[in-house]
Amino acid sequence: MSLPTRSEVEDFLYQEADLLDNWKLKEWLQLYTKDAEYQVPSTDLPKDASPVDSLFYIADDYVRLEQRVIRLGKKSMHSEYPRSKTRHLVTNVRVLGEVEGDIQVTAGFAVFRTKWGNTDTFVGSYDYRLRRNEGGLLIRKKRCLLDLDGLRPQGRVSILL
Amino acid sequence: MNAPTPSPLVLEDEKQGLFRVARKSFTDTEIMNAEYGNVFNKCWLYLGHESEVAKKGDFITRTVAKRNLLFTRDMNGVLNAFFNTCPHRGAEVCRERAGNSKHFQCFYHGWIFGCDGQLKSLPGADRYSADFKEQKRGNLVPVPRFSNYRGMCFINFDPQAGSLEDYLGNAREYLDLVLDQSESGMVILKGMQEYAIRANWKLLVENSNDGYHAATTHASYLDYLANTHALDKEVALRGVGRELGGGHAVVEYTAPWGRPIANWIPKWGEEGKKEMDALHAKLAERHGKERADRICFKNRNLLIFPNLVLNDIMAVTVRTFYPTAPNYMNVNGWALGPNEESSWARQYRLDNFLEFLGPGGFATPDDVEALESCQAGYQNALETGAEWNDISKGMGLDPFYDDEVQMRSFWKEWNRRVSGASTKEGGQS
Ligand code: FES
Ligand SMILES: [Fe+2]
Repeated sequence: MSLPTRSEVEDFLYQEADLLDNWKLKEWLQLYTKDAEYQVPSTDLPKDASPVDSLFYIADDYVRLEQRVIRLGKKSMHSEYPRSKTRHLVTNVRVLGEVEGDIQVTAGFAVFRTKWGNTDTFVGSYDYRLRRNEGGLLIRKKRCLLDLDGLRPQGRVSILL
Repeated sequence: MNAPTPSPLVLEDEKQGLFRVARKSFTDTEIMNAEYGNVFNKCWLYLGHESEVAKKGDFITRTVAKRNLLFTRDMNGVLNAFFNTCPHRGAEVCRERAGNSKHFQCFYHGWIFGCDGQLKSLPGADRYSADFKEQKRGNLVPVPRFSNYRGMCFINFDPQAGSLEDYLGNAREYLDLVLDQSESGMVILKGMQEYAIRANWKLLVENSNDGYHAATTHASYLDYLANTHALDKEVALRGVGRELGGGHAVVEYTAPWGRPIANWIPKWGEEGKKEMDALHAKLAERHGKERADRICFKNRNLLIFPNLVLNDIMAVTVRTFYPTAPNYMNVNGWALGPNEESSWARQYRLDNFLEFLGPGGFATPDDVEALESCQAGYQNALETGAEWNDISKGMGLDPFYDDEVQMRSFWKEWNRRVSGASTKEGGQS
């Protein structure tokens, strides 16, 4: 498999960030494969921890991720209705190579969430596994490793990181 | 004891079906200080679980009621809780979250302590009095009281406190229903959820065993369950809230979700059914069928006064939380499970947990929003007519799981300790 260039991956990740910041979540979900995983491990776990035996903040398979998107579209999702304002900054993008047929990419992120007069920051690194399809790239796995000591004061990860 | 404020904080009038809590209880710094003085400094508080320091030399550092603590299992296997501060001039002797070590060296001047707290050596010992070590003032200072109830470790900052067993009282029956779920012992699973809520800590006490809010606050979670067919439609939400004395309370009820301790749902397939049946049979062998049924098919939201929550629902969560300001709390949450659990059941347990619970779950973030919204509402706490919360649901009626008796239980004990008053007759005792 030929690896995508960094600028191709950057364009793709910036597009993802843009969809998130504009709350176009159904379109965002289309960037994911049907066997996708989306994870946010608890902050005291080692980098290679697995949700099979460790407590994460989020460990979604595609079914739950789709439900998460559905939930985020509802007025009864009180944590995000009214919607918060978010800004996803993606940086330090590196295409690391191929792992088990997936393209491994890492990047740094800072996500800002503003609601009710508070702006909370989520900072950390993304560990992506991407796949190629005819139209371009797709996300097979996204793991968001927080460089935080916990969610204080953020309190929740009700937005998508 | 003097009340921190002249007017009553909790009002109860059974005849009128009235139970009110003054909203300034959630906003007033003096009241929070009284809570530290009369509640957190006097009650048994949850420190951690013995499984978190399973091996000799294991340690964790943890903040409990604003204290910096060091929880160790020493080389004799004995559990200890120390104030994490050097007897010399105060630096923290352990600056890691967790690990395994025979001793701790304070990096400031180099004093070395065993994991039993004994001062082992100090640089320049010849410049101290000859019997300095024998005087023991160089040893780590233990928390005044430490006690272990079936693996759950508690501390008390009051040297005069009564025993933990007496303190837990009737709550032990419900703790046992959780702790009996394993033959080899319940353990804390890896991974700790640490978060904060911009709200008063007592709002989370109320919320943690509030059966009344599910239909509206968690409407989108209930939609999700319906969408993914993860429910057993035959089973209704039904049960009772109980006052257990000493401020402890419980809600015990049946619910349509699956429990990895042998409440099977169709989603788990035939394999899962076999495993759940076997688990139930084992529990029945150990505890009799009636108790096994209760363990497996009933859910429990238990509050141990003042701030330990054990929710034995679609997974088991242990949760504790402390205010740093009237409008801000730090929360710690863990998952508890049987040590001998199969990897299959463990996976479902964690999956169940994340589906509902915690900062990324499909329910907890909406609880957080509700609590913060209440706190925002309390900006009006001192306005005439807007100064009271109503906690009267179910008064004088047969107990039902979505009433508020469990909250009244908390508030009565809280009021007794914080304002030194009974809730009746306008707060005068
Ligand atoms: S403060 Fe610890 S050795 Fe001096
Ligand atoms: Fe809730």
